[in-house]
This record gives sequence, C-alpha cells and structure tokens, in this order.
Amino acid sequence: MSMLELRAVTKQYTANDLALNNVTLNIEGGEVVGLIGPSGAGKSTLIRCINRLTEPTKGSVTFQGRDLVGLSRRELRKARTSIGMIFQEYALIERLTVMENVLSGRLGYVPFWRSFLRKYPPQDVQRAYALLDRVGLLDHVNKRADALSGGQRQRVGIARALAQEPDLLLIDEPTAALDPRTARQIMRLISEICEERSLPAIINIHDVNLARQFVKRIVGLRHGEVVFDGLASELTPAVLTEIYGEEDWSKTIQKGGEEADAENEAA
Amino acid sequence: MTTAAYPTVWKKPPFIKSTYLRYSLWAAVLVYTFLALGSVEVNWSRVVEGADRGMRFVKAFVQPDFVSRWPNIWKGLVESLTMTLCSTVAGIILAIPFGLGAARNLVPGWVYIFCRAFIAVSRSFQEIIIAIICAAVFGFGTFAGFVTLTFATIGFLAKLIADEIEATNPHALTAMRATGASWWQQVNYAIQPQISPRTIGLCLYRLDINFRESAVIGVVGAGGIGATLNTAMDRYEYDSAAAILLIIIALVMVAEYFSGIIRKRIQ
Ligand SMILES: Nc1ncnc2c1ncn2[C@@H]1O[C@H](COP(=O)(O)OP(=O)(O)OP(=O)(O)O)[C@@H](O)[C@H]1O
Ligand SMILES: [Mg+2]
Repeated sequence: MSMLELRAVTKQYTANDLALNNVTLNIEGGEVVGLIGPSGAGKSTLIRCINRLTEPTKGSVTFQGRDLVGLSRRELRKARTSIGMIFQEYALIERLTVMENVLSGRLGYVPFWRSFLRKYPPQDVQRAYALLDRVGLLDHVNKRADALSGGQRQRVGIARALAQEPDLLLIDEPTAALDPRTARQIMRLISEICEERSLPAIINIHDVNLARQFVKRIVGLRHGEVVFDGLASELTPAVLTEIYGEEDWSKTIQKGGEEADAENEAA
Repeated sequence: MTTAAYPTVWKKPPFIKSTYLRYSLWAAVLVYTFLALGSVEVNWSRVVEGADRGMRFVKAFVQPDFVSRWPNIWKGLVESLTMTLCSTVAGIILAIPFGLGAARNLVPGWVYIFCRAFIAVSRSFQEIIIAIICAAVFGFGTFAGFVTLTFATIGFLAKLIADEIEATNPHALTAMRATGASWWQQVNYAIQPQISPRTIGLCLYRLDINFRESAVIGVVGAGGIGATLNTAMDRYEYDSAAAILLIIIALVMVAEYFSGIIRKRIQ
C-alpha cells in the first residue's frame, strides 16, 4: 500500500465547474512529486484537499492507511500534525520572532498553556535550534519575521514545517515570490532535506525548468484532471503542449538544460 | 515614434456621468439646505436674555473657583476616575469574547449572528439613554454609570476588534490550522499578534472616551464629576463649574498625551 493514495478526488466550488475531476494518484514513501499545470488547473486545490484545508466534494484521501476524509475534527487535527505545509506567501506570523514561528509548528503537539506562555518542552526548543541551523538562520533566532528577506522567510517556513516532524510535506509554489537565484537555493534546500530524511513531498511549481531540475517525478494537471504522470525527463514539447496548451516549447526545455549546467559550474 | 495623432488633453471622467443629473443633485442639496435653515425657529428675545448668562459663564473661565467646592469636586473626580477605569477594564474583558465571536473568519454562522446582533444593540443606544435606564434600574450613583459605560465599551470595542480580526492576513491563520493547532492556539498565534497593537490603541482611546462620557452621564444621574458639575450649574455657581470643566479638559489632555506615547511604543 502506498503512503498516500488519492482515489477519484473531486472538488466542485461552483455549480458548473469542477476544480478537480476524479484525480487518482499514489505517492510512495520518500517520493517527491512535482505538480505542474497552468494557473487555475487546481494545483493548490489538490494539495489543500489532502489536509482538508479545502473539503473534497467526493473521493478518498488515504494517508498511512487512514482515510482522512472521514475523520472527525479532533482526529483531523491529530492527522494534520504529521503533514507539514509550506506556502507561496510564506504565511509566517510577521510580528512574532523567528523562533516563535518555528515553534508554532509544534502547536498540534503541546497543550494551550505551553504555547500561550511560550514554554515549549526542551526537546522542541532544541529541535527548533537544530532546524534553524540546518536552514542557515541560526543568527536570526530573535529577529521578527517581518525583518527578514523573502528567501529567509521561506527558510523559516521550511523550518516550521519540519518542526512538526512530518511524514509528508505539502508545498504550494514555494518559490513563486522569489528571485530566480533564491528560488533555486530554496528548491535545492527542499530537495536536499527531503532526500536526507526520505520525506515524501508534493511540490506545486509554476516554473517547468525548476521542476525538471529538482524533481524526478512530475504530475501534470489541466482543468482539474491528471494529464501526465511520469519522469521529469519524459517532459517533451508534446507533453507540455498537452498540459499547458499550444506554444513553442523546444526553447524552454533547451534553455532549462543550459541554465542547470551554468548553475552546476557556479556551484 | 510619432505621437502627433494622439490628443493632448485628458480629463478624469466625472463620478456621475450625466451632466444634467449632476447639476440637479447640486441644486437639490442647495434648496434643501435653504429650506431646512428656514424651518429652524429662533426665539431672538430668549437668545438675547441668554447671551448675558453666556457672558457670565465665559468670564467665569477667567476666574475659575477651585477652592470653595473643592471637597465636592474631589469626591466627584475620584468617583468618575474609578467609574472610568473599572468600566473600561470590565468592558475590555467582555468585549474580547464578543469580538472573537463576531469575526466571520473564526466562528460558525450562528455564533457570528448572535454576537453581531448583541453588538448592534449595544451600539444603537447612546450612552445617555443607557444611563437614564440604568439610573432608573440601579438608582442614582456610580454603579449606574459603571454599568452604562461597560455596556457601551463592549459594543464599541467588540465591533472594532471583530473588524480588525476580519481584516487580518488570512495566510497566517491557514498556516496555523495546517499545523493541527487548536482554535485557541490559532487565535493566540495567528490573530493576536496581528491585532494587538491597534487593539491596545483602541482600548486607550476608549479609556479617554469613557472619562469624557462619565462627565456627561453624571448629569442624568450616574454620579461622578458630572453630578458635581450639574449641581454647580443648578446653583448658578459658574466659577466652580468652570473649574470642573478645566479639570476635565486637563485630564483628557493628559490621557491623550500618555496614550499617544504608549501607542507609539507598541507599534
Ligand atoms: N475558494 C474558492 N472558491 C471558488 N473557486 C475557487 C476557490 N479556490 C479556487 N477556486 C477555483 O478553482 C480552480 C482551481 O484553483 P487553484 O487555486 O487550485 O488553481 P492553481 O492551479 O493553484 O492555480 P495557480 O497556479 O494560479 O495557483 C480555479 O478555477 C479557481 O477559480
Ligand atoms: Mg495555486
């Protein structure tokens, strides 16, 4: 049995439009999947249906052998603690310190009084320090989140998600608000972390080249349906046309390769 | 590039498109104002009579009498300040649950409707009307004033807190929900840091308002400095009344000054 199984997941926001139409998808332990598709294809909806920030209209989401769709509110809260999420707009709490933001990843594990008084268990604090070290922010522990640059904020977002000790990461366009170089660094950090912890992840990405460079398996979504599921190397112009529509793709793919080479040389 | 073919003037399109309608509206406003002014009856002989009293009142400000009624003034002041402080604190404590309950992004529909309805009732009565009712129910004195100001504070603050909560950045709340945080943890982490600077400012502002209102509602029987002022006016002791008014002005200015400092520090 796969670690995560989506069965015929359908989401209908308005009467005459399906945001997701019968999406079926299996993800194995340790696998990182890049989700690509044009704006409005339903990428965000799909990952939000997994931890039920959006309620799926139909279908089942089985995570580690349990159907999340049937869970009560309390059980759902429990299940969410093991699913980390990273957002395009970082979704940090701006007025709180970097440390508080990272510790907020523990909220589902600690009682209210601990979180209210910021008296987290010692091992939580220790893990938070270790994670901040891992993402390179050990010098910024006591800074307020709104004093950081975009790239640094996303690193805090990553540390917060990892503080949950998740068994799955849901990542919604982690680099869309960043410059190309920072975007690459963040993508590299995410893929390294997933590798070293054999942490499965679903990553929504706009940038096809970024996806090809850092993710092995790609799922293409169009109008709420899966139209491609395969290796990044199988993304041919024909496939991209299928996902995004008619356009001259040969340049995009070629350029992607060159950029990747240049990047490797610089590194 | 040649630009000769393009126009050289541009005018902002008027808010009301039809010229005819625009000028008719202006004309209607003018005519109504004129007629409305004409309908106000002025008893000129009474005005002349009163002008003399008004002059005496103005002169009293030049020579206010703090001394002869000082014990009464002091007692009224202490009553008013006590009433102000207690009602502000009680009002804030009660406004928080109503404010949270009246925020559409935090609670289910029926809680929202109940809290908004309570707030609407509280806000639709002017303080003086509530004070008259409270004085009738609880008898003349400071307790009536305390209840009046508490009730008014709840309506005022709960509405502003709720509006403030609804205007917060939703990403932080989503992120906290995704960690599996409980409702109170979500409020404590995602909402409280975003609204507290403005809310503290609003509480200080309300303290200001409550002090001024305590002077007004005293006139209709709710005790405090307003009652002292009322007595002075009834006895035509304009110099004592002037002293009381000067003290009120001074206290309001002091409060304004300190709340300004505090608000700056918590930004
Ligand atoms: N809360 C909502 N209410 C109604 N319709 C929605 C809502 N959220 C998304 N939709 C619709 O569902 C469809 C899929 O949206 P979604 O945000 O999942 O797309 P996306 O692939 O993430 O796009 P983008 O790349 O722009 O982020 C769109 O047509 C969108 O208009
Ligand atoms: Mg999206």
